[in-house]
Amino acid sequence: MSVDLSQFHQVFFEESYEGLDTMESALLNMDISNINDEEINEIFRAAHSIKGGSGTFGFMEIAEFTHVVETLLDLIRSNEFVMEKNHVDLFLKFVDCVRTMIRELENGEECSTTVSDELKIVFTAILEGGDSSGTPPTDESSTESGPSASGWEVYFKPDVDVLRTGNDAVRMFRELAELGEISVEADLSSLPTIDKIESDSCYLAWNITLIGDVSEAQVSEVFEWVVDDSDLTIKPLLAEVAEVAEVAEVAELQEDNVENNSPANSSPDSNTARDVVAKKVAAKKDTKTESVSIRVGTDKIDSLINMVGELVITQSMLNELSKEFTVDSIPKLLEGLTQLNLHTRELQENVMRIRMLPISFAFSRFPRLVHDMSNTLGKKVELILLGEQTELDKTVMERIGDPLVHLVRNSLDHGLEMPDVRAASGKDEMGKITLNAFHQGGNIVIQIIDDGAGLNEELILNKAIERGLVSADENLVAEEIHDLIFLPGFSTAAQVTDISGRGVGMDVVRRNIQELNGTVDVESKAGQGSVFTIRLPLTLAILDGQLIKIGQETFIFPLLSIVESIETKGQTVHRVSGGCDVLRLRDEYVPIIRLWEIFNVEAEHESVEDGLLVIVEGDNMKVAVLVDDLLAQQQVVIKSMQQNYRPVSGVSGATILGDGTVSLILDITGLIKLAGVSKDAYKKIADSDGTVAA
Amino acid sequence: MTSEEQAENEEVTTEEASDQYLTFFMGGEEFGVDILSVQEIRGWEPITSIPNSPKQVLGVMNLRGTVSPIVDLRQSFGINELTYNDETVVIIISVESEGSPKVIGIVVDAVSDVYNFTRSQVQPSPELSQTLQAQYVKGLGTTDDKMVILLKLSEQLIADVDVVSGRQLLAG
Repeated sequence: MSVDLSQFHQVFFEESYEGLDTMESALLNMDISNINDEEINEIFRAAHSIKGGSGTFGFMEIAEFTHVVETLLDLIRSNEFVMEKNHVDLFLKFVDCVRTMIRELENGEECSTTVSDELKIVFTAILEGGDSSGTPPTDESSTESGPSASGWEVYFKPDVDVLRTGNDAVRMFRELAELGEISVEADLSSLPTIDKIESDSCYLAWNITLIGDVSEAQVSEVFEWVVDDSDLTIKPLLAEVAEVAEVAEVAELQEDNVENNSPANSSPDSNTARDVVAKKVAAKKDTKTESVSIRVGTDKIDSLINMVGELVITQSMLNELSKEFTVDSIPKLLEGLTQLNLHTRELQENVMRIRMLPISFAFSRFPRLVHDMSNTLGKKVELILLGEQTELDKTVMERIGDPLVHLVRNSLDHGLEMPDVRAASGKDEMGKITLNAFHQGGNIVIQIIDDGAGLNEELILNKAIERGLVSADENLVAEEIHDLIFLPGFSTAAQVTDISGRGVGMDVVRRNIQELNGTVDVESKAGQGSVFTIRLPLTLAILDGQLIKIGQETFIFPLLSIVESIETKGQTVHRVSGGCDVLRLRDEYVPIIRLWEIFNVEAEHESVEDGLLVIVEGDNMKVAVLVDDLLAQQQVVIKSMQQNYRPVSGVSGATILGDGTVSLILDITGLIKLAGVSKDAYKKIADSDGTVAA
Repeated sequence: MTSEEQAENEEVTTEEASDQYLTFFMGGEEFGVDILSVQEIRGWEPITSIPNSPKQVLGVMNLRGTVSPIVDLRQSFGINELTYNDETVVIIISVESEGSPKVIGIVVDAVSDVYNFTRSQVQPSPELSQTLQAQYVKGLGTTDDKMVILLKLSEQLIADVDVVSGRQLLAG
């Protein structure tokens, strides 16, 4: 071969994944009664390019399989074949199957054709007009293709001298692995004690299970060099063994498609015991996930190149200046430094933007998840995705995937009622789950909204009392009851279902989100549904900060939390009952927090009249924080306080300033808690005034 | 370290396995920590205080890019003569904690010496009251002419604690 095609494999894999994603989403969006030509064309084009690519690179298994599907799609396209609902599922199965095959190829394995062969039979049957039911083959059908197709059970006990003759069992297993999926078990029964072992003797025997469409001749060919000296039996694989392996494979397949769509290479949630075969596949998959790439828009790259260009110009200008430096050139130097400052900052911003991805990467897995789950549960669900273009940091995105899946599963499983129940309570049979993402301040907010039954407060409370999480005589308001679901060891699932309620509770969701410096809370109205709201910082590393001064101390407010800063002359400050001072800010009342008081530090200005009030927003409310002075604004790199110390209330982290000293970054939500400003009291004030709290 | 002491220490090393301790002074008493837990010794410099921190936690310091808490060990041991001068030093040590070890600076009056103590030279500390300070004491190392209180510091350094006097502790 004159050209090494393998260098293009990765591109093919990536494009194929993309094509499969396109097919999947087009299939899920398709209105079966009114098929849009454009949609079919889209699916057809994706299938076509996968076929072309796999043909070019010699992945004939995929090419042949895709060819059959493509032919069917072509018929649908030219209206010669009417597509029905079950065909959509069939095509989805095709997507999953090809995805698994490509994944196997990507991991450098031979792709297994068991599933694809069966699907191919079904597709061919449809093409021939024989089987229009489109029922995918169930597990039993694997036996139809006869023992020769499902696999072989090989017992191989080589002669003790096998290694001396230059034959290596491992090599044979590799060859076998090329024929199909294998699992090997060593038989150690003839292993002597350690003092009798000779290093070049082989004492082992192996039980090999080979799954794949292989003839007996192919299997025995592998052993042809050693067959004379060894004990070799080759038996057709028993039907049930093949079946088990296959079930495992299907399970793997299904699990894969949940994870596939996201760029996150999170570890697979290992919840089901798998067959050896599946385990092997999973183990191999893990080893391959290290080099991840992200796709970056050319516009982002272009602006980066521009920035770097500018930076180079500034640098050469400064260089020039330094050659003949006189006192007169100081203004020029300062100007140059200002430019350098500007460019560095812009460059940094642009580099950060590369890590920002639209949240659609995390959302894209949900249409399929909801589709599959609603079928399993027999519920009718409409999924609405909003704000898909909202960008957030890749790391945050990767780590938010699992909690999101959990929450959506929960909403589907526990939140939404069955269609008949919904109809009985006068709701549309079709339940609605909305995923909404938007930016608010320095945060990204993700909401999971369902219009289901809402949280059952009584059930939650009883459960919590039963578990000893709260005492029976505690008087909890609705919000506090809702919050109980986030406690460890709390799961109200009446029955453990396949979908949720596997013991991973909401506490894990909350913990995961808190690890990202985020919060999650729930609002619920009985009979009307629940809203889970996740708030996350946009990025974990850098923050725009406003430095402020209190006495000798410097603190930092996240710039994005600041609404405004004002100087008060005292006339707008009121004291309300309960000892909380409020500031009348236009037509809103804002509680005042004296930072020196809650932080126990000495301040220059202790009364509201002298100092500055910084109006900040956090936890859905505004507060006015009394400080001595505002200093510079600058970008700060967030350092963890927990790493060597412990969490400090009111402080979200620390940073190192230009002069090498440490400065603490304030956490508005924490400050509000620390100051004990009650949200309810605040709301009351706001409400009585006829304005709504932010 | 006098040459006499040095000779003595070397003699000890050859005899049996021993551990090295960095010793320092606090309130006139000599304390020691396992030298392997010591990362560096720094001079005293002003640090950033942490709001509402336990009394003994003076604040945080920039340790080449990481933020480390600084604990005045003298306060942990109830020593009330707190001076911050040129001799005051911060010993950066690493203590075990859940997860990764924490790097904490401890403020002491002055660094003294490095000693080798064989296992037999370390005696268990006398029955002390169940205070946190007692938990820090691993044993008493003795050489011919002096006694060193050997400490095993923990994450508890940065916890909220009641402070008892170090004298009380020694007397106990």
